[in-house]
Amino acid sequence: MKSLDLTSEARMSVEMNGFPAKSDPLPVKNGKKPSTNGHTLNAEIHQNGTLPTPKRAKESFEQVPIYTAIMTYLGFYILMFLGYVNQMFFSPKVARETNREGYTPLYDQFERFYLRYVYRRVKDCWNKPISSVPGAEVVVKERVTHDYGWTFEFTGRETKCLNLGSYNYLGFAESTGKCADDCIKVVEDKHGLGPCSSRHEYGTTEIVQNLEALTAEFLGVEAAVVFGMGFATNALNIPTLLSKGCLVVSDEKNHASLILGLRLSGATCKVFKHNNMKHLEKLLREAVLNGQPDTGLDWRKIVIFVEGIYSMEGSIVHLPEIIALKKKYKAYLYLDEAHSIGALGPRGRGVTDYYGLNPKDVDILMGTFTKSFGSAGGYIAGSKEIVDFIRVNSHAACYASAMSPPVAQQIITSMSIIMGRDGTSEGLRRITQLARNTRYFRRRLHQMGVIIYGSDDSPVIPLLVYLFSKIGAVVRTLADRKIATVGVGFPATPLMEGRIRFCLSAAHTKEQLDYALDTINEIADELGLKYSKKPRDPNPILYETDDLSGVE
Amino acid sequence: MDILEPMYTLVFTELVPSFHVHLQVLLGLLVLWVLFKKSEKPGRPGKAGKSELDIINDWKPEPLVTPVPAKHRGLNAPVTKNQIAQHITVNGVKCLNFATNNYLALVNQQEIDDVAVAAIRKYGVGSCGPRGFFGTVDVHLELEEKLAQFMRTEAAVVYSYGFSTIASAIPAYAKRGDICFVDEAVNFSIQQGLVASRSHIKYFKHNDMMHLEQLLSEQAVLDRKNPKKAAKTRKFLIVEGLYNKTGEMCPLPEIVDLKNRHKVRLFIDESISFGTLGDTGRGITEYYNIPIEEIDLVMSSMEGSLGSIGGFCVGTTFVVEHQVLSGLGYCFSASLPPLLTVGATAALNLMDGNPDLVKELNEKCDQLHRLLHKSETLARYFRISGCRLSPVKHLFPLELKSGTENELQKIVDLCLQDGVALAVPAFQLNDVKFQTPSIRLTVNSKLEAQDMSKCLSTLEKTVIATFKPTSTS
Repeated sequence: MKSLDLTSEARMSVEMNGFPAKSDPLPVKNGKKPSTNGHTLNAEIHQNGTLPTPKRAKESFEQVPIYTAIMTYLGFYILMFLGYVNQMFFSPKVARETNREGYTPLYDQFERFYLRYVYRRVKDCWNKPISSVPGAEVVVKERVTHDYGWTFEFTGRETKCLNLGSYNYLGFAESTGKCADDCIKVVEDKHGLGPCSSRHEYGTTEIVQNLEALTAEFLGVEAAVVFGMGFATNALNIPTLLSKGCLVVSDEKNHASLILGLRLSGATCKVFKHNNMKHLEKLLREAVLNGQPDTGLDWRKIVIFVEGIYSMEGSIVHLPEIIALKKKYKAYLYLDEAHSIGALGPRGRGVTDYYGLNPKDVDILMGTFTKSFGSAGGYIAGSKEIVDFIRVNSHAACYASAMSPPVAQQIITSMSIIMGRDGTSEGLRRITQLARNTRYFRRRLHQMGVIIYGSDDSPVIPLLVYLFSKIGAVVRTLADRKIATVGVGFPATPLMEGRIRFCLSAAHTKEQLDYALDTINEIADELGLKYSKKPRDPNPILYETDDLSGVE
Repeated sequence: MDILEPMYTLVFTELVPSFHVHLQVLLGLLVLWVLFKKSEKPGRPGKAGKSELDIINDWKPEPLVTPVPAKHRGLNAPVTKNQIAQHITVNGVKCLNFATNNYLALVNQQEIDDVAVAAIRKYGVGSCGPRGFFGTVDVHLELEEKLAQFMRTEAAVVYSYGFSTIASAIPAYAKRGDICFVDEAVNFSIQQGLVASRSHIKYFKHNDMMHLEQLLSEQAVLDRKNPKKAAKTRKFLIVEGLYNKTGEMCPLPEIVDLKNRHKVRLFIDESISFGTLGDTGRGITEYYNIPIEEIDLVMSSMEGSLGSIGGFCVGTTFVVEHQVLSGLGYCFSASLPPLLTVGATAALNLMDGNPDLVKELNEKCDQLHRLLHKSETLARYFRISGCRLSPVKHLFPLELKSGTENELQKIVDLCLQDGVALAVPAFQLNDVKFQTPSIRLTVNSKLEAQDMSKCLSTLEKTVIATFKPTSTS
């Protein structure tokens, strides 16, 4: 790992933010030293004022066993073959187009085949309708299909499941409490659901202005601008920052919205291997040395695009190294904190907080309000100059609807709670709970011998099942046991790496997690998911508590 | 050498003239030179003899952003509040609302706010996930069902943002190599969808059917030359029901006729025409009495007539269902917050239950249309654009100078002070065509006759005050 030279300014911001991490040393239990509250990686910073090499929580990306790899491919080809056979004999009405004879077919043949005859077999694992708050538990409406997944019908039954599928990291998806009350008040005060206008015209409301000021303060930067949809925040703002002659160096696991934004921008894009700093440096070095391929002219600017937590990998960006590289090669940095804002850092302020870095070292901080804040929308934050530029040039600010006032209010209230503005330590409690849940859940999964990806501190936990058909089997079995999860397979992941994803929440209790873990353990045996070849921890995994006796 | 002997004789003696040999040798050298040159790294201007470190140290990237003028409207937008019936509070002043797309004045209707509050109590605010991952709430399905039923189509999908609805729906179907015939006045979300699709774009002049037919015929000629390619190339025709930029209606009967003759698929953006055209607000197809099956995909935002946020697409199941997995803004974005979803459903129910709402709006649009066309003052300075029933009317200045946009903004600002909210439409520089500045008046169904006359007199007064000194000098 590269040693890191932080500027004194960065150190200042860590010390000055007024939230000293707990500095009492914690007792060592079972040969393990429990961390302090939250995700405090660099707690030492506060103690002695020196900056050590950033410690990083353990990361794992275990290789797939060769036998499983062969079986995965084989399984996939069998599915494809069966699909082709099926297609030859059976093509129901919904799969045919009427009244368009002589037109060029609307869909690509393979795409149509894949969706109808491969994906349909597991179609019931996605788009499951719910009818409650997506909190620690969620009510799922039961559906049946009488035609092998072509159509679905409701049975009228509803099942309350433990929710390991929603992005509700800090548990602010709530229908009661201060957030809901404040939002209702906004609706009752006639602020309207939709502004029916864009920010440049008549969509700017006081609530949205307050939200922007609070967001900037929360992130520790000069300014912020907010938008009505997280996806659009990327897709409609990136094109304003880049154009032809600019180079983008983008992580291979970046989200679709970033990729769309980059495509719309017209910039040249180079992709580096996921979180691979050597590859990133190689690309940066070559770009600066060789310039643009056709002309040999210097690139106009180089921008690195990364995410805080990668939602399919569960990994945390190697931000300290990236900031060092960015400085060395004079590149700019765009950090998408869709999943990490709120969910990481001792104060919930995202990945810069997690590493104890100065947020001002990141040129553009982007994030969404969908996840940790239990709302909708996105922000872009940074220096006043950058934010003003976005305000003026953003496609979203100019043409798209401004943010809905009650939706903005949910963010203001939840963010104030995270910041402790409500006068309680509720925000801190949630951050701590999430961090403890995460470590507990991940350690126990490791101990079970299943393969999970990502950092030990990441609340997004992909459990590798590899085989396409196992995705369906695991999701269905867990649903039968009243646990709601999502599976992800090809084409969203590489063909080989089908996975089940768990998203933890501060709303989960230890008992709920234990139920989930025990169930996962049982079905992992049944379905053969214990692929890991790593040594397993023989000691019981303890759940961290405030009570330092540390008993479960 | 023995074997080569006869060839030597052949080449250097009788049969081949010597200049031919020289030429071939030269050609051979040329080939070698080209190959050699290619294998050499292209030299970078001004970088010769520099060390790696020097090059890195010397490199000066452009700044990430350029400074923006502090006076830009994007930094000084008016602050609004309490959009109720025909009024909106702008910068603390209660104004007549001729500015927002609240056509049916449904924002802040009690029925809608009530269901929104109930939704917060049941579902919370955010949905905390995309549609695929437990973000599908039963209220989304209800809205989709209701939309499909209202528009008399098989299926509907709901997106969480109006702009992204249109910008995602188009590239879900149109791909690289396909051809899109597009009216040049289309809005920016259609343009972004087209860029994302990487299709060939052929713009035809605004509402000019002759031009469209010409383009389609040219394409037909090309297709006949290369039928193999033509059989793989999808062709789309993309128009708006009512154009945001001009307030004009698309001539749908002619368009449908052309579409059928040339077998292109027709996509219509009904963001403005939905809820404003047709006897019951079912949009441009109802207005022209054209079966909606003729249209391959109807797209619309819910940020106009429905007074919520988000958008939807309706059509046959065959077409629409594809977006569930291929509409980027559908699969990769969190779903629409339940409170906004039920708000849209409630608005749709109100529309469905009271056809008078649309009739009322149509009358108001007509009324303003007549008022605007009667005004001599306006006629002196502006061309009035927008069809009779359009809730969006544009005043395009007859004379365009460099400062015209500022003058229009000044007029709008003065009107604001007098309690009338109008708008100068915001544009981005990369918006392809139709960037002519204008003053836009937007009608909503609650505006009374006296409101309109107040608007007109205020507008005339400020127009005269603003333009008089310049026109006499």
